[in-house]
Amino acid sequence: MAKEKFNIITSTCVPLPLENVDTDQIIPARFLKATTKEGFGDNLFRDWRYDKQNKPIKSFVLNDPTYSGVILVGGKNFGSGSSREHAAWAIAGYGFRVVISSFFADIFKNNAMNNFVLPVVVSDSFLKELFSSIKSDPKMQVEVDVPNQTVKNKQTGKSEKFQINGYKKHCLMNGLDDIDFLLSNKAKIEEWESKSK
Amino acid sequence: MNTLFDKIWDKHVVTMVEDGPTQLYIDRLYCHEVTSPQAFAGMRERGLKCFRPKQIFCMPDHNTPTHDQDKPIEDPISKAQVDALAKNAKDFGLTHYGMFDPKNGIIHVVGPESGLTLPGMTIVCGDSHTSTHGAMGAVAFGIGTSEVEMVLASQCILQQKPKSMRITVNGKLGKGVTAKDVALYIISKMTTGGATGYFVEYSGDVIRNLTMEGRLTLCNLSIEMGARGGMVAPDETTFEYLKCRDFAPKGAEWDKAVAYWRTLRSDADAKFDKEVVLHGEDIQPMITFGTNPGMGMSITGNIPTLESVPESGRLSYGKSLEYMGFNPGDKMIGKKIDYVFLGSCTNGRIEDFRAFADMVKGKKKDPSVVAWIVPGSWAVEKQIREEGIDTVLNEAGFELRQPGCSACLAMNDDKVPAGKYAVSTSNRNFQGRQGPGSRTLLASPIVAAAAAITGKVTDPRTFM
Repeated sequence: MAKEKFNIITSTCVPLPLENVDTDQIIPARFLKATTKEGFGDNLFRDWRYDKQNKPIKSFVLNDPTYSGVILVGGKNFGSGSSREHAAWAIAGYGFRVVISSFFADIFKNNAMNNFVLPVVVSDSFLKELFSSIKSDPKMQVEVDVPNQTVKNKQTGKSEKFQINGYKKHCLMNGLDDIDFLLSNKAKIEEWESKSK
Repeated sequence: MNTLFDKIWDKHVVTMVEDGPTQLYIDRLYCHEVTSPQAFAGMRERGLKCFRPKQIFCMPDHNTPTHDQDKPIEDPISKAQVDALAKNAKDFGLTHYGMFDPKNGIIHVVGPESGLTLPGMTIVCGDSHTSTHGAMGAVAFGIGTSEVEMVLASQCILQQKPKSMRITVNGKLGKGVTAKDVALYIISKMTTGGATGYFVEYSGDVIRNLTMEGRLTLCNLSIEMGARGGMVAPDETTFEYLKCRDFAPKGAEWDKAVAYWRTLRSDADAKFDKEVVLHGEDIQPMITFGTNPGMGMSITGNIPTLESVPESGRLSYGKSLEYMGFNPGDKMIGKKIDYVFLGSCTNGRIEDFRAFADMVKGKKKDPSVVAWIVPGSWAVEKQIREEGIDTVLNEAGFELRQPGCSACLAMNDDKVPAGKYAVSTSNRNFQGRQGPGSRTLLASPIVAAAAAITGKVTDPRTFM
């Protein structure tokens, strides 16, 4: 997975106004048999996107040319269910760099960030307005400013702060991952072990 | 004034990252074949060895067929994934219980039954149902594959400390009400995201009186309300269950361990970020009617109306019922079902098979029902045979299969066909979870048994 550094992302959005979108919908279990991280984007939302004959279901948003962009906007409790990181690989593999929702499941949130997909938590009212902005103008843009931790609906001009801890922000902006950090920290781990065992 | 969770978590803190997460030491990493290959690939790319290989245990469970496990897996892609785990374990010097090994089974069944999972430990696995192990008084939670790689490389993980919640269930459970019903009831009250951001401790008389296996079922389902994990303070029930298990401490070590484990309880003045109090008497045998585990209700009830759902959730609710082929207001009792699945990390233990067998004893499976009866591990399978449960099942028209995750997520051949209804003792009723287009009704082993006999959703108490 490419570690593309984050700064300011401005893009149109793909709306998915359903609640409790679970990781089985993001990537069904039958696609989990791969031993690499590649190719999952093709099966993102597989059973909502294609019918039994593998023909695209026109009404599903990913098949609707009206909507495009690197920002996915989902309903409350996005990414619930399984811990499968394949869900994050599918979203990243499809080309999304940001997911906006009012609420994310914990494991999904970590998995997304570990794959350089930024989960942005907004208020219920911001989300509701965002969905209606996109509906009224699918070409409207959202600006996600990572250094300043703000997300802006460019149609209404409304902006909100979002939370991200300083460490993770540094990682995302510099293309670093947690293993780099942990490996630099082995002496402390050994010290903990000798003290605790 | 610490909680049980604080005591274990705080003891395992290696360091706090400035303006960031906690670096937490992990006592046990469990690996299965689905969520680990990319982590091992990452280790190879970085040229790393496992930091503490003796603390890592691997076993395939998701892809394993539930028949002919002595022969190679027919599906070449499943076989490749299972073979990759064996090779990775060998290359990195890790313990591996392969398919058909007497120690193999679903990792969340094997961990507790073998004594690999002990009170006070921190345990992770690339699987959300790792919450199961919390029943032994451990801090156990599911992680992603990048995090599996972190633990392989450093035996540590970076995590934000979750908030704490205590769910107390007072009183007593009525006839036909099991740990599964308690869990489905709690999730229906909390909703599928209601405990997100929290680590839950279960307490109260109902929890104290659950068997060890009942507690494993309950903690297993913690993730279905979004909780990072769930746990129960260890007590005599825990120690009795663990004593003499293969990997449990022995002799003087055992006594020393028990003395420490007895300290693992929330202090009387411990403060939780959230407290929920429920009553055992309010809980009936449960069943789900929708496409997330929070959509559960008493088996004798009616499916809630659209108006009873908050406005922002109505679109999802309507789509969910449409998928299930149900209408708001419908009764669940009497609905025709096609499949029954007994098994999974939720309900694949010996007590689940005893309860199912007691219910079907002397009766016959409805001929229209296809039943998959799948033990959670080879140890459970062995005990089923030793107790003669297989004979009871055979006489009632059921066939015992070989262990694995099976129809819980249908990565092997055990798939429920599109449009068919399955009463399942597993943990998720998501769209397509048990096969594309499958419709799942989550329930306890005895509700599953009653449905298998009648071919319909049936109140098990009518047979008791």
